[in-house]
Amino acid sequence: MIRKLLASTSILATLGATALHADTFPEVEDLTLGFIKLTDMAPLAIAYERGYFEDEGLFVTLEAQANWKVLLDGVIDGNLHGAHMLAGQPLAATIGFGTEAHIVTPFVMDLNGNATTVSNEVWDMMRPAIPSDADGKPVHPISARALRPAIEAFADQGRPFNMGMVFPVSTHNFELRYWLAAGGIHPGFYSTDNISGQIGAEAQLSVTPPPQMPATLEAGTISGYSVGEPWNQQAVAMGIGVPVITDLDIFPMRAEKVLGLRADFVEENPNTVRALTRALIRATIWLDADDNANREEAVQIISRPNYVGADPDVLRNSMTGTFEYEQGDIRSVPDFNVFSRYYANFPFTSDAVWYLTQMRRWGQISDAQTDDWYAEIAQSVFLSDLFMDAAQSLVDDGLAPSEMFPFGSDGYRDAVDHAIDGVPFDGRTPNAYIDSLPIGLKGEQVVVGTEVQG
Amino acid sequence: MTAIDPTQIQAARRAKLFTRINKLDGWFKVLGLSFMTPLLRAAAGDNPKAQGKELWQLLGVPLLAILGFLLLWGNLAPRVVTSLGAIPGPVQVWEQVGVLHADHVAERERETAFMERQDARNAEFIAAGQEDRVRERPYTGSPTYYDQIWTSVKTVFFGFLIATVVAVPLGIAAGLSPTTNAALNPLIQIFKPVSPLAWLPIVTMVVSAVYVTQDGMFSRAFLTSAITVTLCSLWPTLINTALGVASIDRDLISVSRVLKLNTWTKITRLVLPSALPLIFTGLRLSLGVGWMVLIAAEMLAQNPGLGKFVWDQFQNGSSNSLALIMVAVFTIGIIGFLLDRLMYALQSLFTYSNNR
Repeated sequence: MIRKLLASTSILATLGATALHADTFPEVEDLTLGFIKLTDMAPLAIAYERGYFEDEGLFVTLEAQANWKVLLDGVIDGNLHGAHMLAGQPLAATIGFGTEAHIVTPFVMDLNGNATTVSNEVWDMMRPAIPSDADGKPVHPISARALRPAIEAFADQGRPFNMGMVFPVSTHNFELRYWLAAGGIHPGFYSTDNISGQIGAEAQLSVTPPPQMPATLEAGTISGYSVGEPWNQQAVAMGIGVPVITDLDIFPMRAEKVLGLRADFVEENPNTVRALTRALIRATIWLDADDNANREEAVQIISRPNYVGADPDVLRNSMTGTFEYEQGDIRSVPDFNVFSRYYANFPFTSDAVWYLTQMRRWGQISDAQTDDWYAEIAQSVFLSDLFMDAAQSLVDDGLAPSEMFPFGSDGYRDAVDHAIDGVPFDGRTPNAYIDSLPIGLKGEQVVVGTEVQG
Repeated sequence: MTAIDPTQIQAARRAKLFTRINKLDGWFKVLGLSFMTPLLRAAAGDNPKAQGKELWQLLGVPLLAILGFLLLWGNLAPRVVTSLGAIPGPVQVWEQVGVLHADHVAERERETAFMERQDARNAEFIAAGQEDRVRERPYTGSPTYYDQIWTSVKTVFFGFLIATVVAVPLGIAAGLSPTTNAALNPLIQIFKPVSPLAWLPIVTMVVSAVYVTQDGMFSRAFLTSAITVTLCSLWPTLINTALGVASIDRDLISVSRVLKLNTWTKITRLVLPSALPLIFTGLRLSLGVGWMVLIAAEMLAQNPGLGKFVWDQFQNGSSNSLALIMVAVFTIGIIGFLLDRLMYALQSLFTYSNNR
């Protein structure tokens, strides 16, 4: 009853506000948005369930998609108006790696939220190489060097060392590669004629859709994977694997999932895009409000079968600031899922540049590009102006405090050096950064056949 | 006035009753309720011992078999422990039926709330003089289990209908003309064994390319599933129709020649009635194939329906997932059975005997 009352009063409030400027009505009111069953789709579910979409005059249908490829195709061919996307997807689509289409984003859904899990078999081979603390628990972060014995054992048995990630341009692919390379293990190159990404690889990475990771690990097809939640905690709950590292230890605090929309859709429907962004910002504020006080309710909502559908116990772990490594080894990771803090929703140009540097590093961008090229592509995909516009309107309506948004930012985060290998990253000088990374293409190098030339 | 022998009346009545029961028996058989006949006969006082034996055969044995299956399932299932917990037994599966129903009820309540909000919004627009902004839109929430069942049933019938419209005329043509038959035969032989999973990508691409409109009568997902059903289910009808038409009594064909019947009359008066039993056999097979194909297509393409429900549950990986998938398995089985019964009933309606 109270909920109903609240819903109807807030609708009246918006109607009162929108009636004043009729030109702010969304051009398209009925939207279908796609998502993948992962905890970081939560802003969509919350915006729907708490009525933020309706407040903004949007009628949204949320549809779970089978995998990232299907989801991207859905947005490109118009079956979906937009979707919960990997931050690398709009960038890769725009530069034409994989499917070519101009996809853009005005909104980042969250920061962090991924981990890498290995099978029990691999964990047993890794464990002796990992130092223990006073309680006998492994010391984190764990270096990928600890994988070396397992990779050698696999090679001796003539078995390939396979690992799963969710999409060629996924954060997970780049994080897993970053971690492996930082530990001296070569994850393999992409080239224009070989897009398997396994040229010269010591660990062979291949694509598996997120929800199928545990089943694929259990079947023995892969020996480890990098994926978002709840699929690492699910492996722990199922007793089939051990998460060894979270992305907070690999390269923390960069855009993880974004709201992906077609560029022409954004151009034709500015009011719809603003309304969508406003509703989602309100959802992320709710998700992080009062020190994550609402997270338990969020867990209950996304555990419904039409959203993520995993057991609340499994979802709760990462969503409420803890993370279970080995069974019983529960540690506090308060920033595992960040939806709103640290200017999480702002599409930073430097985050987009980081993704592009990783694409270049592994050969998805086959030839060297100038620093300006990186900045241009990043700014044409991560639309910070649209975000600021929506954020400003929320501040004007008294729905969000202005200090929540980085007004006046030029789109670049300060240079950081908190990656697992300690290599500093400054988004303004991508080429210098690429040259400073240990394994990977540098300068003018290109992959030809199985050789790195130049 | 001659006194009427009461026993005679009784006998007449009984005879009448039994002819009625015998008549009903045909229907009971069609509906899969053949055990009703001995039950009624026994109630009417016909040799209880013989009826009891028949009842045991028709009702007792099947019930015992089901009971045995449930016992075996209930005992064996908990012994297989998967990473998602033990395989659920009949009790857990039945509980999930309740959960699904409760979900449906909750979703309908939310739909009502949605509609109320929409009405309030529309009333506001009217009050503000903005009638052009008034919209009546359907509920945007997720489909419930019943919705998924209904979607699947609609899709299979649509696909089956197209298959029938294509297969019956082609079958008649092939049955009447050996040349057409020779032309069609290799194609039938090649395409008949193709799995729905192979058709699906082709159909998906073609539908996306041809059916460009976003707000047409059908959704693309619906068309993709339905056409995949069509492609896989038209073969049994086609083959059986051709066979039925080809095996018409040669004398009848000669008579039609003598009477100089035109083709249309020949087909409607001669060919169809004689071929009907085999056509219906084909249709029955087709519908069965179509139902199986549909579930696979929905699973692979993530098109709405029971197949998507199963795949979603598999992806959810919750502790209830296995039980929910089993609910779907039983639903699929029972609906498949009902579809078959339906076709059988139609067949019995249209064909009086199998040998004409």
